[in-house]
Amino acid sequence: MSEHHKETFITKYIFSLDHKMIAKQFLITGMFMGVVGMTLSLLFRLQLSNPGESFAVLEFFLGEKWAPGGVLDPNMYLALVTMHGTILVFWVLTAGLTGTFANFLIPLQIGARDMASGFMNMLSYWFFFAATVVLLSSLYVETGPASAGWTIYPPLSALPEAVPGSGLGQDLWLIAMTLFVVSSLLGGLNYIVTILNLRTKGMTMMRLPLTIWALLIVAILGVLSFPVLLSCALLLIFDRSFGTSFYLSDIIIGGEALHNTGGSPILFEHLFWFLGHPEVYIILLPALGIVSEVMSVNCRKPIFGYKAMVGALLVIALLSFVVWGHHMFLTGMDPFLGSVFTFTTLLIAIPSAVKVFNYLATLWRGNIRFTPAMLFAIGFVSTFITGGLTGLILGDSALDINVHDTYFVTGHFHIVMGVSAIYGMMAGVYHWFPKMYGRMMNKKLGYFHFWVTFISAYGVFFPMHFLGLAGLPRRYYTNSSFPMFDELTNINEVITFFAIIGGLVQLLFIFNFVYSIFKGTVANENPWKSNTLEWTTPVERIHGNWPGELPTVERWAYDYSKPEFDEDFVLQTVPLKENEINH
Amino acid sequence: MTGILVGLIIAVSLIVLVQLLRVNELISQVKNEDPNLVNDDDNKSQGLLVFLIAGVLFLGSVLWQFKYWGIHILPPASSVHGATIDTLMQVTCGLILFVFFITQPILAWFTYKYRGNSKRKAHYFVHNNKLELAWTIIPALVLTPLIIYGLNVWNNITNVDTSNSQVIELYAKQFGWAARYSGNDNLLGSTDFRLVKGMNELGVNMEDENAFDDFITREVHLVVNKPVLLKMRSQDVIHSAFLPHFRVQMNCVPGMSTQFGFTPTQTTAQMKEQEGENFDFTLLCNKICGAAHYNMKMTFIVETEEEYNKWISSQNTLKNTLTLK
Repeated sequence: MSEHHKETFITKYIFSLDHKMIAKQFLITGMFMGVVGMTLSLLFRLQLSNPGESFAVLEFFLGEKWAPGGVLDPNMYLALVTMHGTILVFWVLTAGLTGTFANFLIPLQIGARDMASGFMNMLSYWFFFAATVVLLSSLYVETGPASAGWTIYPPLSALPEAVPGSGLGQDLWLIAMTLFVVSSLLGGLNYIVTILNLRTKGMTMMRLPLTIWALLIVAILGVLSFPVLLSCALLLIFDRSFGTSFYLSDIIIGGEALHNTGGSPILFEHLFWFLGHPEVYIILLPALGIVSEVMSVNCRKPIFGYKAMVGALLVIALLSFVVWGHHMFLTGMDPFLGSVFTFTTLLIAIPSAVKVFNYLATLWRGNIRFTPAMLFAIGFVSTFITGGLTGLILGDSALDINVHDTYFVTGHFHIVMGVSAIYGMMAGVYHWFPKMYGRMMNKKLGYFHFWVTFISAYGVFFPMHFLGLAGLPRRYYTNSSFPMFDELTNINEVITFFAIIGGLVQLLFIFNFVYSIFKGTVANENPWKSNTLEWTTPVERIHGNWPGELPTVERWAYDYSKPEFDEDFVLQTVPLKENEINH
Repeated sequence: MTGILVGLIIAVSLIVLVQLLRVNELISQVKNEDPNLVNDDDNKSQGLLVFLIAGVLFLGSVLWQFKYWGIHILPPASSVHGATIDTLMQVTCGLILFVFFITQPILAWFTYKYRGNSKRKAHYFVHNNKLELAWTIIPALVLTPLIIYGLNVWNNITNVDTSNSQVIELYAKQFGWAARYSGNDNLLGSTDFRLVKGMNELGVNMEDENAFDDFITREVHLVVNKPVLLKMRSQDVIHSAFLPHFRVQMNCVPGMSTQFGFTPTQTTAQMKEQEGENFDFTLLCNKICGAAHYNMKMTFIVETEEEYNKWISSQNTLKNTLTLK
């Protein structure tokens, strides 16, 4: 029975309860924030490659106050770095990625009419929207937006006297983050309940596509870790506004001794990274799920080692809760604790290696179809290897001593979680665009977009390892104060060059996206010849997903090129033939 | 005027782009195929591109960067423990590059070799427990010694015997460093942040006898091959004392004291000979701390015992500078 009903403009496009529309709302908000976050990074890249030089574009965006004569102000530099990190980590790669694909794929791939609670789902988006508005408004505050880094370590983030961004800008940041956590929890609970309870007949857990496994685990990670961030932020709000001393002790600022004693910034770091590290996997796991799915479909081959892939996801998720201390080796934490965190951190290499080798085995003797989505999936494997390997250096407490907080870290995490997750997100958008909008994205623009992105992403982030090994700290407004860094200018110029190219080509992607929504060639029901349930729904969007009965699942999601069939794909709804062996 | 020009250029390029796409789609319509589905020609060309760009170009550029930018990497460590870190780093990097130069070419090669063809069908290969076991156990076997080795180095660095070390305090504030020597008794006088006032910029408790022979400097002098224990404090926000050439780094946290012990093995003069006249051991701040974070520095000078004694005899103790007023 269809649950399709009459919709007005407002219930269809704004306060929609339909998970597919909510997914699109997350995606478009995420893309918008992606452009904002990327633009901020390009602005500070100009300063890093050409320190102290005047750029009209800086004055155009930042005004006379923050870029007098077109030269970036050091406080604004820190604000740009902070907002770039915050926007990309939370707004784009958490809400933009999970919000989009969890909402879009969960009901469609498990065979449900909608999320368990459509209303909570709608609230989740609108809390996110409110968070977005508050965060963006902080860009226009007199004293500037938050400037203490995206990790907002107190006391810097607690004292407006220490940096102007820790005034109203930091308050707005904290309010935005609180709203964001509410949104994330509303979404996460909904995802878990939906996956556990609303699977259609025959959809056992071990028949779930890997996307759903990844999204389920991500939702659990989020529900367990985001509340800790909330409490962490609340205590900071107390310290900032109500005179408590959770994080503050023995401080003199602006020539005045503060009354606070007995608090510890290390407490903040523990609370922050208890979320902060799982957060890395909250970003990465959906990308792993999407890439597994896209890769299997386009290799026309089952994903290799399905159970091992699920197991690896579970192990990574479990370990992600016991490694947060590797961000804190040098805080004065007990060195023995450092040893424990080194041990648990390096263990993550094992499930990660399993995933990489399974991807390579999936490619082996495949019949690879190079859709733009598939190219991004391959790019993901490449960056996941490159960035993952340098984790062996940063996770080792002894080696961390000299690369901690240098550009080596910046290079590492941008490749392994930034670029990789963006590739995963791009793969998802190109792959499911026909299901979202009933039209195809332009293939040739997609190819061009991928190759320029691939080259410029490595062009930006690989050289950063050399900067870090030369001892250059991250978050420096300029390297020109230290003669030992004088020779690094040419590397910084290369990085900025690729950053601008890579930024511009994303505009081409957005053009392709918008153009294809309205003018793309019309897609058929199952353009990629996939097995999963979403491709059995009609092209025309309806609330309730399937016009008649819900589909019944008869097999797992990965019967591609099965010898018993002439076609190289078998929909999950097709019953097993007589004598057919279940994978 | 430039605004109008930029707007015009953007508008024209958009129109051109849209028209190009329309032409492309019209041609395909004539051929009766969807231009956005992938055909064998695409597979051929994109497969080749993966091989050339993700394989040859990327790996080639990595080698190029090592050759031309590798020279900027910090010189070998100038401290005893630093040398052990360097060896661990070389072993780890060797392993990383080995895995990197195996997996990346496999990725590029498989992608190219198994590019699609509408006449072919993929090999239905679901799982293989032996393979899974192999690539779980082999990484585990390789990691075990690496973890043990790393922990061993870490323990030796953090559990170093500091009973004979010269104690020096590093004091961080926005935006500069100060150092306090513990004097002949090798004991730092106690401190209280409420005492920071006027000349007493580190808040030293001058009723504590241990403080009498302490002295404060803006440049740290160390004796080569003599162990030193740095104790860090901060006045306002978190800073991080980073001495890249010694492989030393530790955060300076308001409200608590942190420390790092090490032994310098090269004098500044020796390093100047190796690295050029401009060389200096430098202390940087490596934790975001405000507007002039990028400019917080102090010079460390490592010298012989005689040179050091000459320098230290010219320093004035706190008893003289703070109490005789």
